[in-house]
Amino acid sequence: MEILVCVKRVPDTSENEIEINKDGSDIERDDLVYSVNEWDNYAVEEAIQIRDNVGGSVTVVSVGDEDAEEVVRREMAMGADKGILLSDNAFEGSDGRGIANILKAEVEKGKYDLVLTGAQADDGAGQVGGMLAAMLDWPYASLVNSLEVVDDKTIKVGREIAGGNLEMNEIDLPCVLSIQTGINEPRYVGIRGIRKVASIDIPVHGAGDLGITPESVGESGAKVKRIDYFTPELGEGAEILEGSTDEIIEKLIELLKAKGGIK
Amino acid sequence: MTQPVFAYILYENGVADDTALELLTAAAKLNPDASISAIVAGSGAGLDAVCNAIAASYAEVWKIDNEALAYVNAEVLRGMLVRILPQGCIVLAAHDHFGMDLAAGLSNKLDAAYLPDAVDFEGIENGKLKAVREEYGGQVSTHVLCDISKGAVITVRPGSFAPDESKSAGGQVLDKTADAMEGGLPGGARRFLEVVAAEVGDVDITKSEILVSVGRGIEDEDNLEIVSDLAEAMGADVSCSRPIVDAKWLEKARQVGTSGQTVKPKVYMALGISGSFQHIGGIKGSPFIVAINKNSRAPIFQIADVGIVDDILDFVPELTDKINEIKG
Amino acid sequence: METVLISPAKATIVGIPTVIFSLLIPLVGVGVFAYIIAMRLKPLVLAAPDQRFDHFTQRLLNMLKYAIGQYRHLRYTDAGVIHIFLFAGFMILSLRSITLVLLGISEGYVLPGMGGPVGVAYGILKDFAGTWILAACVAAMVRRGVLKPERYAVPPKYGKDHTWEAMLVLLLITGLVTCDMVFEGSQAAAQIQKGLKTELLVPGTGTWFATHILSASPLDRLQNLHLGAYFSHEMIFFFFLCFLPFGKHFHVITSLPNVFFLKLNRGTVKPVQWGVADDQLDDLESFGVKTFEDFTWKHMLDFYSCVDCGRCSDNCPANAAGRPLSPRFISVKCRNYSFAKYPLYGQPVNGRPLIGNVLEEDEIWSCTTCGACEEECPVLIEYIDKIVDVRRGMVDDGRVPQSLQKPLGALEKRGNPYGKTAKKRADWIKDLPEDCNIKILEKEETADVLYFVDSITSYDDRIQEIGRATARILLTAAIDFGILGPAEKDSGHEVKRFGEEMLFQELRDHNTDEIIKSGVQSIVTADPHAFNALKNDYQGLPPVEHVSQMIARAIKGGKIRLKEVEDNGVTYTYHDPCYLGRHNGLYDIPRDVIDAIPNLKRVEMSKCKDRSFCCGGGGLMLFYEPEEEIRMGNLRVKMAEQAGADVIVTACPFCLVNIEDAIKTSGLEGKMEAMDLVELIERHMVHDTGYKIQDA
Repeated sequence: MEILVCVKRVPDTSENEIEINKDGSDIERDDLVYSVNEWDNYAVEEAIQIRDNVGGSVTVVSVGDEDAEEVVRREMAMGADKGILLSDNAFEGSDGRGIANILKAEVEKGKYDLVLTGAQADDGAGQVGGMLAAMLDWPYASLVNSLEVVDDKTIKVGREIAGGNLEMNEIDLPCVLSIQTGINEPRYVGIRGIRKVASIDIPVHGAGDLGITPESVGESGAKVKRIDYFTPELGEGAEILEGSTDEIIEKLIELLKAKGGIK
Repeated sequence: MTQPVFAYILYENGVADDTALELLTAAAKLNPDASISAIVAGSGAGLDAVCNAIAASYAEVWKIDNEALAYVNAEVLRGMLVRILPQGCIVLAAHDHFGMDLAAGLSNKLDAAYLPDAVDFEGIENGKLKAVREEYGGQVSTHVLCDISKGAVITVRPGSFAPDESKSAGGQVLDKTADAMEGGLPGGARRFLEVVAAEVGDVDITKSEILVSVGRGIEDEDNLEIVSDLAEAMGADVSCSRPIVDAKWLEKARQVGTSGQTVKPKVYMALGISGSFQHIGGIKGSPFIVAINKNSRAPIFQIADVGIVDDILDFVPELTDKINEIKG
Repeated sequence: METVLISPAKATIVGIPTVIFSLLIPLVGVGVFAYIIAMRLKPLVLAAPDQRFDHFTQRLLNMLKYAIGQYRHLRYTDAGVIHIFLFAGFMILSLRSITLVLLGISEGYVLPGMGGPVGVAYGILKDFAGTWILAACVAAMVRRGVLKPERYAVPPKYGKDHTWEAMLVLLLITGLVTCDMVFEGSQAAAQIQKGLKTELLVPGTGTWFATHILSASPLDRLQNLHLGAYFSHEMIFFFFLCFLPFGKHFHVITSLPNVFFLKLNRGTVKPVQWGVADDQLDDLESFGVKTFEDFTWKHMLDFYSCVDCGRCSDNCPANAAGRPLSPRFISVKCRNYSFAKYPLYGQPVNGRPLIGNVLEEDEIWSCTTCGACEEECPVLIEYIDKIVDVRRGMVDDGRVPQSLQKPLGALEKRGNPYGKTAKKRADWIKDLPEDCNIKILEKEETADVLYFVDSITSYDDRIQEIGRATARILLTAAIDFGILGPAEKDSGHEVKRFGEEMLFQELRDHNTDEIIKSGVQSIVTADPHAFNALKNDYQGLPPVEHVSQMIARAIKGGKIRLKEVEDNGVTYTYHDPCYLGRHNGLYDIPRDVIDAIPNLKRVEMSKCKDRSFCCGGGGLMLFYEPEEEIRMGNLRVKMAEQAGADVIVTACPFCLVNIEDAIKTSGLEGKMEAMDLVELIERHMVHDTGYKIQDA
């Protein structure tokens, strides 16, 4: 099975408080470190496992500037066979649709049976997969939490829905799936793994290579634009109990009693 | 002419989704002058009753009734909606497991803009909607401008808008099934098979009146004891956030959130839970929420009634002791 | 000497001269034995290289101490005494065995030099040796068969019980010495009956008893017994020899070389591959141990040498906590696998990956590298290097538990496992009093001494107290010191031991550059893991000390004066951190420092010093979520409770985290307390020098 996995380089936010810069135009990026979007990492692991089971190849693609090459390489160290970077000045400022447009052009250059994306990213909202599928006229399933290859034409996927239930679907290939975390246990990529793929050439495709008209992507093609960042208003939130621990506990117990919180 | 607004209301398991009336508020906030219609798709006996009930709130309800929608499949529905929606309209849906499946592709098929996961609207100017979104797990918010002049599909975060309970519309139900089916049944490439229910645990937290809920702040599986001790003292059940289930420290049936259980307790103790919207999305009704977290900036404090900034590992055992002392 | 009975060299049985058997049995026995050994050596030839041929004298002395001197055996008194008697007896009887073989060929053969009084003396000695071996065998059988010490039990998941093997061998040994007694006794009885001279009979020995029992037997029966005993002895002897390489008694042959080749540099971890320099590691096809042949030949020799005595597992904290690790069975399982893979005849069986077939992932991640097993093993089998090697293989294959991937990723990106930003690394000094001015060694600033803080002390709210106490002590002792601050990265001690060698090397190279650049003359740290890393894993650094060594010196030199113990109703105990004690031999200095506080009452826990019980492990081990029945820390706290201690003093940030946690979860909060050595000292320090030294 020929699989394409779309990955994104995002700030690693797990342990860090994100702060906004002075004029609110961006988050403070000086102390940030970047990594591959967590959901995308599960998607790559899933692709590798499918390949190892039924054969084929895994290609990892990312839209971004030259820094994005780092995450493509990391996913190749994980076991992807090929990496492609889609980079062009004309791509800057693309919205979700723009990104999907760029990816669509790349998908059409190859012969893929399956395209995977992460279900969402910390700085996004899980839109690219659905758009890409619509643009390609391929079937789509989001929030995929289990995947089983039936034959070379169909796969069976489980979507994570409310209540932790799994919605099982059969879906024809080629298709686009967005992968939810927890579908597998992604393998570790060490320094050595990254060094092993350090010298592998990662082709860069620009707008010209992909046959994309610059107006359809980037800032000019974007229908959705971020204007600023701001900190969500506090204040209307919780009444913060202050004082010594004993005082706090006393107050809290009173409140809990009043609200029926102690049986 | 003002663009009409359509709210897609998920009809599942014989009932309309909780977000039905939130979408009405959202639509009105988006554009108070627009006509607002609801779209409900499904099949079976309960559908008409639900459509009629929704018509109390929406001036117009478009019904699509086809047995292929007995379990609503976004691939099928998308194809139908493309056939019936007027050009340049605005479609609202909840940003949930179904909205995420439907909306992005729909925007594309309608050649409309897509604005995912909006939490607020701040007006339309020159064909551009100013909206609020959250990023990085709610740590920061952003204003975005969305060009809706050629139509838009917008998903709205559940719980962001208060439900409009006025029910003063006295609307009518229009059956759009025939239009939706014109040209045959779309979306055959993805076929729904079944819903595999999550494993049922030894406790049904959806029925609990008091929940002691634990999150990442517990740090270690062995510390869960302090949580169960508090729950025992309060006469409560133990629930948790997703990371605890991912770590396999508690069973899935105890997870509160959009990918877990929806709970309606009277009192909700959030211990070491940062309060992602997926978690908060699982708390319904209006429980008295107590948040204890060492990070004073944790989003949970925004929705909690009472907050305590402390390490749960220190605070909770003391609280438990005190409650036990009082109870004797 | 005139003899009554016909010797095996001269006798005939149904017309056949028995000398034929005397020749045949040793020839066949030695031949078969040589073949078996050759087969057993096969995997060692295919194994990874190992560097063990250096320091010949030191190795010889080690062999004398541990193998010949049985240095570690008495750590378990009962088994130790029995083994020492058996071993000594075997050494003595080895000459006798050679003589016996030759006696069957040449009547009355005497080894060169054994003709005169030496021979008489040896004769007495070997009679005693044979007798005490018999007694030791009986004692051992009673232990194995009746008393059944717990540590010999084999949990079902690890395979079958080995008691039969031990019993068989004890019976064989019993047979050997008994045959010799009958062989000699029958001769002596015949001599006495004929009024001829006998060998010197020492009353109370087995031969003496045999002579008396047989004194009235007719000559023909004595003749039969004489020959029968001789050939029985020969048969048993060569059967035993060939049986050795089939199981745990292989150690009779392998433990001498195994001890000779023992690891000399404790505290270190073997290189990824011997003979491959760090800068050539990228060229290696594969990392670590994935298949059996990836082990070094010495590690295979370890497997052969395991006596299955269970002392390692008896002291393994992971085993005690119910984790899926028992070091003894690492050896036993690998030995069994080796025997199965390299059969005595036919081609080696196709290999399978070790993980999933012989070893389990959780088993390998369960080890805290505390070194208790290695400290105990009488034949000095190594475990840490093997476990690290297998982990290297798993890391190379990406098989790392999710719980460890996050801290490893953070270490790579931010230089600490918590994912905190580097600029906050020195934030802990902000809470020091204003007159404590701590230098950050960057740009032009330099100092005599570098205080290497490491990640947990830099970032953990509670552990930062250790950093602040250390700083105050250094200031009081008027030491000109500084910290690297944001330029410091994690020492990588556990990164290395969790098998991520390349990440370790990046951290090491970064820190080494920064330390050299800082121009300090020496390094001090309060974290034994950092101490061990800088001392044993890094190279080319100024001398490294643990803060306890520096404090001891400052107390001696009068730079730190200590006041009367705060509360003399309190009993203290000291918990030895693994990387201070076992790995670096610092047992007494921290105790001396504690005892320097006037009137402080200190007790020892039952497991202390080189038998200290690991609290649960440091560094990345704090992130790993093992399957276990109880936490090691809880077991440790119980030991402190049993010793009657109210305060557990330790000298390691990770020990403090684990023990404080365990006190809470054991419900001993308020009854027991844990503190670091520096906190104890800081509390009892007389402050009169002020902290002004740094401004000077």
